[in-house]
Amino acid sequence: MEEDILYEAANLKDVIHDPTVARLVINKDKIVSSNIIKGMEIFPEEIKDGVKVKLVVKEGEIIEKPIHLCFGITEENAVQNIVIDADIEKNASVSLLAHCVFPLAKDILHKMDAKIHVGENAHYSYFEKHIHSKNGGVRVLPKTIVSLDSGARFKTEFELIKGRVGLIDIDIETKCLENSIMEVTSRINGTDEDKILIKETGYLIGENSRGVLTSRVALRDNAKAEIFNKIVATGAHSRGHVDCKEIVQDNAQASAIPIVEVKNSTAHVTHEASIGSVDSKQLETLMSRGLTEDAAVELIIQGLLS
Amino acid sequence: MDILKIENLTLSFNGKNILSNLNLKITEGIIHAIIGPNGAGKSTLASTIMGLEGFRNFEGEIYFKNQPLKGLGVYERARLGITLGWQEPARYEGLKVSQFIKASSKNKDKDSIIEAFNIVGIDYYEYHSRAVDKSLSGGERKKIELASIVAMQPSLVILDEPDSGIDIASLKNIFAAIKYLHEKDATIILITHSLEVLKQAEFAYLLCNGTILDEGKVSKIRKYFEGKCMPCPHKNIPLLSEIGKGV
Repeated sequence: MEEDILYEAANLKDVIHDPTVARLVINKDKIVSSNIIKGMEIFPEEIKDGVKVKLVVKEGEIIEKPIHLCFGITEENAVQNIVIDADIEKNASVSLLAHCVFPLAKDILHKMDAKIHVGENAHYSYFEKHIHSKNGGVRVLPKTIVSLDSGARFKTEFELIKGRVGLIDIDIETKCLENSIMEVTSRINGTDEDKILIKETGYLIGENSRGVLTSRVALRDNAKAEIFNKIVATGAHSRGHVDCKEIVQDNAQASAIPIVEVKNSTAHVTHEASIGSVDSKQLETLMSRGLTEDAAVELIIQGLLS
Repeated sequence: MDILKIENLTLSFNGKNILSNLNLKITEGIIHAIIGPNGAGKSTLASTIMGLEGFRNFEGEIYFKNQPLKGLGVYERARLGITLGWQEPARYEGLKVSQFIKASSKNKDKDSIIEAFNIVGIDYYEYHSRAVDKSLSGGERKKIELASIVAMQPSLVILDEPDSGIDIASLKNIFAAIKYLHEKDATIILITHSLEVLKQAEFAYLLCNGTILDEGKVSKIRKYFEGKCMPCPHKNIPLLSEIGKGV
């Protein structure tokens, strides 16, 4: 079965027959496997070149085990449009583990448009891991709009460190009401001619809202990255931090534009950004233990992206 | 046998000699101390022996087991058996303590790595999955760095200010690790301005203004350093004839 490639790559083999684990597996524009458990609803619908998914976690429901999502394409050339509308109702809690798997990609376009609403005091955690082929023929264009109600917590991590990036253009915007918390993290490893664009924006609207935008990018060969992180704080006593670190080697190029805007005198937003080669002290410490320069760099990058 | 021999070592930055016509011999299997006030050139000497970037363009020669080190990089010197513990150890975002120690380890097996943790007095299960980053105190990173040296099993260990940032309780762990390395036949050079660290050595060199002023038993060097160097903020360079007379 073609889907076996997806299950294998996404580590789904252990959970695919577990009735207590919710899952949705999509290959290109087909739903190949799903399981819904108590407390949640998934309404998947096949559309042209993709799938539209409505996810609801009911008020007060705590989903103990992570929901497994897999968006894959087992063909070399294809388009996949994923449309997600997630509603995490008041006091609910859920975490999602998503794998985007394109193991044979030569010319793949993966687009995602996600709208996420996290209700009052609800928790939503989303970890997305990409596994690409080695030839760079993937274009990934995820766009996400998130709204957090009072006291909501939202945490998302994007990881692309296995296989070639190709082109990735992340655009995520989060609006935070009072006492809500957002954490947005991206970790990407670019090589060859890869191009990485990251745009993360957080609006700290509510009183005591909190937000952190974190980007970690390693670039080698001729890879390029542009990172644009912005936090706007209008809420009283809101707190934000933008943190961007890029390691650049060979002929790679990187830019980072952290923007912080504070429109309330009681709010506080900080930022830090660094772009450069591997820190010489880190490198020489490992080399003084007998590692070659290449092995030392690899270990440092592995740590940064972990 | 001299494991390390330095002959007429001079290193300059911007026309100023930081190390000046320096000579010393390090006997195999012995714990040596190189003591001197701030700015004497101690860390520069350590960096030059290790061959760090910016410290390789020196005059004179450094021999390790009779092999000249000039032209060799850090990795090549480490492969010969030389290593350095930094005064302020590096921080690594995301790199786990166990990964860091395993990368240095001669034997990559788990038992050897756990033993390295134990030698420096850090609990494997508490620390192995933590990152070697700013979440660790300076003292914790110092012990973890020393654990990586223990795991490496080098033949020459240079420890730059091994007590820097270390509390009294942890200092015992550092000294125990030095003793362990010594028992495992490593030759050790302690770079210090601390009398407490000096006590761990069997032989000492006094470094001032980039050159060796005296050498000998720890008690002799300690007496001079305590009496003359400590009150002197490295301004009055003594005459060699004065050194020989003691305090």
